[in-house]
Amino acid sequence: MPDLSSIAPAGVVETLQDHWHTLLDGLKVTLELSVFGGAVAFVVAVVLGLAAISRLAVVRTVSRIIVEFFRGTSLVVQLFVLVYVLPQATSVGSHPLLFCVIALGLNYGAYGSEVVRGSLNAVPPGQWETTTALSMSWLTKIRRVIWPQAWALMLPGLNNLMVMLVKGTAIALFIGLPDLTSVGDDLRKSGVDAWTVYGISFVLYYLAALAFSAFLRHLEVRAQRRLGIRPSKVKTAQATAEAVA
Amino acid sequence: MSSSVKWDWSLANEAFPDILKAFLEVTLLVTVAASILSALLGLVWAVALRELPGPLSKVLGWLLGVIRMTPLPLQLLIVTYGIVTPQGWLAHLDGPDQLNHRLMIIGIVVFAVHYSTYMAESYRAGIESLPKGQWEAATALSLPQSRTWRVVIIPQALRATLPSLGNWAIAMFKDTPYLLAIGVIEMVTQARQIGGDHFDYIEVFTIAGLIFLVASYPTAILMRRLEKKLAY
Repeated sequence: MPDLSSIAPAGVVETLQDHWHTLLDGLKVTLELSVFGGAVAFVVAVVLGLAAISRLAVVRTVSRIIVEFFRGTSLVVQLFVLVYVLPQATSVGSHPLLFCVIALGLNYGAYGSEVVRGSLNAVPPGQWETTTALSMSWLTKIRRVIWPQAWALMLPGLNNLMVMLVKGTAIALFIGLPDLTSVGDDLRKSGVDAWTVYGISFVLYYLAALAFSAFLRHLEVRAQRRLGIRPSKVKTAQATAEAVA
Repeated sequence: MSSSVKWDWSLANEAFPDILKAFLEVTLLVTVAASILSALLGLVWAVALRELPGPLSKVLGWLLGVIRMTPLPLQLLIVTYGIVTPQGWLAHLDGPDQLNHRLMIIGIVVFAVHYSTYMAESYRAGIESLPKGQWEAATALSLPQSRTWRVVIIPQALRATLPSLGNWAIAMFKDTPYLLAIGVIEMVTQARQIGGDHFDYIEVFTIAGLIFLVASYPTAILMRRLEKKLAY
């Protein structure tokens, strides 16, 4: 470790010197959960969001039921069903990391699908009508006209959800998966000062959330620039509140 | 293995009262208390963000952001083991019930502070959505600042904010299992304990999930209606 004694309190330096391996392993699990969970959530959000605006009532209804189910039953319940019920009912065995990724992906994917649906609906009707007038195929219409506009609109909402997902990875604590919260809790139980070890975890979570948020913000700015517009950010809090309720 | 997949009605019937009891006595109580507290705190933050002098407002905004961007379970652990335990508030208690009560109070405070940072954002959006003329009219009538907030700004902003606050309360409700981090026996922990006693988890988690769904879905629908009704 580099010498940090000049900028940090003594307890922090010693804890870091003694346990930085453990904390780093915990951070690695947290980042894995965030990246893979975020990727699964994004795919789920796009599929369910597109299904939600389908012309077929059956597809819309199925999407609605799936979304309301995963929004309505708590993330922790979903994780526990995967961890406790699935191995009991089938022979898949126990895969804590995978189960955690799936739970995060389905739960936040369901929330995200509301953001995707809202953004697709917010693309002006004239844009949809024009694609019909030009008799574009569904794929061309979505890919070339609708999606680029909806993408810029949905990124602020997805950004908030990604930060929530990074925080949500702390559910690993409840199934004994050694993520940042979990290893911190173990170190505290083994006698390390609570403030020091949780404080370090706290800072690492904050930095991780900031990094993911900055990345999505970068995508947003790029998407806006490509469209030559700048959507307002005022409604973001409301949009996220609606999605997570 | 297939025998263990079967739905066991007798276990479901046996477990249901205990799970419901934990729901009413812990989950619901924490949600309602923390929702009211965080709605009040959120308003305080939103007004403070506008009224405090520039640098202080920046610091407050940054602090709220830090709380909003770090996990609730970790915050519960920090407050419990970093602040409350060293004060001796959790030692020498009369029994597990008293410990559970005190942990619940910690839970209510931490949940309230965490979600107040989200609600502050919603209030802020509601306040910003008001036309500038409202502020200007209050100035023209030389209303004192406190009355401007109380009788002009907050009542109108609340219209735009209320559904959003309700949605955050629902989100908080579904986060209550995080109380497990500090060992509060809420609904899902209770369900897991009963499931563990019988080596059978299907019934208990189905019940817990259904209770969440039955309580949160109608409330969410209500908020969507309210939002349409309150919109200008």
